[in-house]
Amino acid sequence: MTVRAGIIGTALAVAALALPSPAAAQRLVSSLSTHQVRVTSNYTGADLVLFGTVEPTDTAPLRPPGSYDIAITVSGPRETMVTRRKGRVLGVWANVESRQFINVPSYLAVVTTRPVGAIAPREELLRHQIGLNNTVLTQRIGTDFADVVPTDPFRRAFMRIKQEQGLYSERPNAVTFLSPSLFRADIPLPAQVIFGSYDVEVELFADGRLLARDQGKLDVRKDGFEEFVARSAREHSLLYGLAAMTMALMVGWLSSVIFRRD
Amino acid sequence: MQIYLPIAELPVNIFVIFAMGLAVGFISGMFGIGGGFLMTPLLIFLGIAPAVAVASVTGHIAASSFSGALSYLRRKAIDLPLASMLLTGGIVGTALGVALFTLLRNLGQLDLTIGLSYVTLLGVVGVLMISESIRAILRGRQGRPTTLRRPGAHNWIHGLPLKMRFKRSRMYISVIPVWAIGIFIGFVGAVLGIGGGFVLVPMLIYFLRVPTATVIGTSMVLTLVTMASAMVMHAVTNHLVDAVLALILMVGGGIGAQFGARAGQNMRAERLRFLLGILVLAVGLRFAYDLVVAPDDLFSVRILEPLL
Repeated sequence: MTVRAGIIGTALAVAALALPSPAAAQRLVSSLSTHQVRVTSNYTGADLVLFGTVEPTDTAPLRPPGSYDIAITVSGPRETMVTRRKGRVLGVWANVESRQFINVPSYLAVVTTRPVGAIAPREELLRHQIGLNNTVLTQRIGTDFADVVPTDPFRRAFMRIKQEQGLYSERPNAVTFLSPSLFRADIPLPAQVIFGSYDVEVELFADGRLLARDQGKLDVRKDGFEEFVARSAREHSLLYGLAAMTMALMVGWLSSVIFRRD
Repeated sequence: MQIYLPIAELPVNIFVIFAMGLAVGFISGMFGIGGGFLMTPLLIFLGIAPAVAVASVTGHIAASSFSGALSYLRRKAIDLPLASMLLTGGIVGTALGVALFTLLRNLGQLDLTIGLSYVTLLGVVGVLMISESIRAILRGRQGRPTTLRRPGAHNWIHGLPLKMRFKRSRMYISVIPVWAIGIFIGFVGAVLGIGGGFVLVPMLIYFLRVPTATVIGTSMVLTLVTMASAMVMHAVTNHLVDAVLALILMVGGGIGAQFGARAGQNMRAERLRFLLGILVLAVGLRFAYDLVVAPDDLFSVRILEPLL
């Protein structure tokens, strides 16, 4: 049953590729405060700011304040995760059951003007995958690949743990309109950030319908000394290992010389 | 002060890591052990991925055992032939351990196996150490000699063939049990990510009757070579050695070990063994607690790593 519900979800996701109707031709322009986050030795997390504006056109004049809704979805590089459940086996707690989540976003932040459910009907949200509960998370179930209902215990546990880690978040009322057409939003990046390319999707809604969308990219990468160490460890691993070992022996030798008493 | 670790990929407080190095270094200097069985769980507790913790701790142990080995070398308290014989077995054991490690990882039950092995190993070693040291302390109270080494007292191990003379330890024993111990230590070290000094020292004392004068220095040489090569191997195969993390740990550990060694010299050997036994047993019970008590969260999420 849950599997079938998931297949419908995937079908809806495919439908999301369809563009909004041209009748509602309103333009949306947005920009992030930075397109590159550099992680250096003092990195403990970052705050991104996104500014955007709704541009009226001849056919679609600007609506009065309060009639627009903005939904911003930032998703990090995709990876395959395993969610495991522990159970009691012969008196000890061991992993007994597991589910693989195939190619799911490592980071997912949904920032909106109002609670997601109030922006549009559920099928519209599902179609555009807006909100954590409406995002497709493909699971491998036996030989099938499908998403499941949002109440599935593995999906819920996955969501909860990712939220506790600060990697998944849904923040309603975090997009504010500074003027009838200009809006800004804060997007936090956690300390334990995943490196790679992030997709930023900004969607404009009114009366429960998608009017326009805008896309952007964000690059999170190591820089300076951190980048040097990580690159050496990856590309010159033998040299790196030998250098690290030499360093260990030097420290050991130094401490025996400094503290020598005999 | 927060610092971002380039391989572990998370920010940590540099002073917390340094203090952990200091504390574990103190204990390792006091008892003449590497301290990996304490350091690895502590790092995992801080949120560092187990694989990175195991790989980086090897550097800390290599540094502290090198500094220890140098001071024992100056006091001529190392039996190099014995150490090299143990090492021969150790290499075979490490290879076997790495093979089992890979197999268990593929089966998805590595964590449970490591947990159970820690409980069994630490529990058995801890209980044996405590009971033996209490008996030694009681013997001391009754005025009888506390030494374990009774000249002329032989057990079945001394009847084995392939005998070899170890001058510095004043022993003439078969190399078969020496190799067997080396294999066991190498195996356990590879699977559990520990140097194995706290198991090796009692084994050398009880099975081979290695005198206390050379046992710690010899064990340190073995730990040094296995951990230094493990560090290079981890760096080459998995790229998981965090040099920044290892450096902070080993500087703290180097300083702590010196104070620990001084504290240890002022204590009687059987008291030291009693304290170490309690420590070992406590860590073992901590692992048992995790296995038996219902976890706070039944679910866990991990990145699926490609099978080796």
